[in-house]
Amino acid sequence: MGTDFRALNLRALWQGLIRDSGPGDRIVPPTGVTAQLTLFSAGAMAFLAVFALALALATGRLAERWSSELAGSVTVRVSAPMGEQDAAARATMQVLSTTPGAGQPRLLPPDEVAGLLAPWFGPDMPVDALPVPALIELPVAGDDFDAQGLRLRLEAEAPGAVLDDHTQWRRPLVTAANRLRVLGIVSLLLIAAASASMITLAAKAALAANGQVIRVLRLIGARDITIATAFVRRFTKRAAIGAMAGTLCGMAGIAMLPGMDAAGGFLTGLGFQGWGWLLPLLIPVVAAAVGFFATRWAALKMLGAVR
Amino acid sequence: MIEMRDVGFGYGGTELLSNMTLTLQSGMFHFLTGPSGSGKTTLLRLCYADLLPTTGQMTAFGEDVRQLSRDGIADLRRRIGVVHQDTQFLDHLPVAENLALPLTVAGQEVDMEALRDLLGWVGLTQHARALPPSLSGGERQRAALARAVILSPDLILADEPTGNLDWDMSMRLMQLLIELNKSGKTVLVATHDLNLIRSTKAQVSARVLRIANGTLQLAGADL
Repeated sequence: MGTDFRALNLRALWQGLIRDSGPGDRIVPPTGVTAQLTLFSAGAMAFLAVFALALALATGRLAERWSSELAGSVTVRVSAPMGEQDAAARATMQVLSTTPGAGQPRLLPPDEVAGLLAPWFGPDMPVDALPVPALIELPVAGDDFDAQGLRLRLEAEAPGAVLDDHTQWRRPLVTAANRLRVLGIVSLLLIAAASASMITLAAKAALAANGQVIRVLRLIGARDITIATAFVRRFTKRAAIGAMAGTLCGMAGIAMLPGMDAAGGFLTGLGFQGWGWLLPLLIPVVAAAVGFFATRWAALKMLGAVR
Repeated sequence: MIEMRDVGFGYGGTELLSNMTLTLQSGMFHFLTGPSGSGKTTLLRLCYADLLPTTGQMTAFGEDVRQLSRDGIADLRRRIGVVHQDTQFLDHLPVAENLALPLTVAGQEVDMEALRDLLGWVGLTQHARALPPSLSGGERQRAALARAVILSPDLILADEPTGNLDWDMSMRLMQLLIELNKSGKTVLVATHDLNLIRSTKAQVSARVLRIANGTLQLAGADL
């Protein structure tokens, strides 16, 4: 029994996809609606897989970007009574300029600070009238940058200056992005498993419906591999064709999403970039492989019961 | 060709056949007769390894049938052509493709001229493109015989092949089997129709085996 199916190798998968239907394939009767349902299911699964893949890739990029930004710069907020703020800012700049591992500090001009507040107060708000702290951006230039040491120095040499290394708000976002990426990958695996289940059920139904055909074929000397290959080819082909259609639809859907530069938000970043557009094209290949192995398994079980 | 020594077979603990000792001689025409339910079909199914003996020794073409792998059984069946009373076809394929099916599953090329000759031999040239459900009983049996011999098997087994046919059609089918036997094929026909046996014996030397009470006997002049 095992020997029969060891010969059912990947070559059958390839031949099933590229060869015209010969007489060997015609031994299995056409299945009408079942075939269309298999095509539709494979297409729907592939469509969903494209979005799951896009989600996994986009969240991966997001986590990477946030991580690098987290490590790339810090902000120092200088709060002082009106009239003393310039002096406090200068003192802080002095401390920051001599901080090991830090780049050149930059005091954000009032219009840039106003821009940061605009989403909350609107563009016409007179920021000058508000007790807004001075903001200093400090690029992190080396591994020897010690945020905790700098914090203590500022406390001693520039009271009122508070170091914000963005950890508090960015780290949960990075964690969330990483978890979303894992969810995307889990979704892909679930889609593959659901596709395998669906194809196995369809193949088993087809094999059961063709019990008499299988018996006739066995009686005239057909080997298990001959019968199984006819079913395997058919379902591999359906899975591949359905998945190709679903993948193309999914890719078109992704392509029609608004560009990520338009708003820069997370949802608009859901998509593929550069070579990433080639990745969804692997989905039909995976679907064909899933169809091949699921049908092979179902055929193995079913034919074993027919002498 | 087929040798049974003290072969027994039973369903669910009830022994249907016992102590069957039989040698199917090459090139001979054999009849297997006996009352309905006596085990004729079971004996034929043992011959093409659709069933395995529960006791005794049985070889087919020199090989112990119990030791055959699934591929080995498939290969054995390519050397044995089988015709049933209610032979099944693949109804979605035309008659010609059904006839060529043993070649297809054996991975052999179909010689279209030989296929046309075969269709002509069984009188089905006009039905080559017809689907099996459209054939009459006699046509189906002749198509079944053509399918059974397309691989040029050494042995042809026919299980009540004339069971659903009228006398003329039965004799026409028997003529084809006689022709095959005269061309050197071994033939075993299971039937309870003694008139058919007598008519055939008038044309060809035939050995008649009878199953009674679960055992095999050689019948002769009493027919």
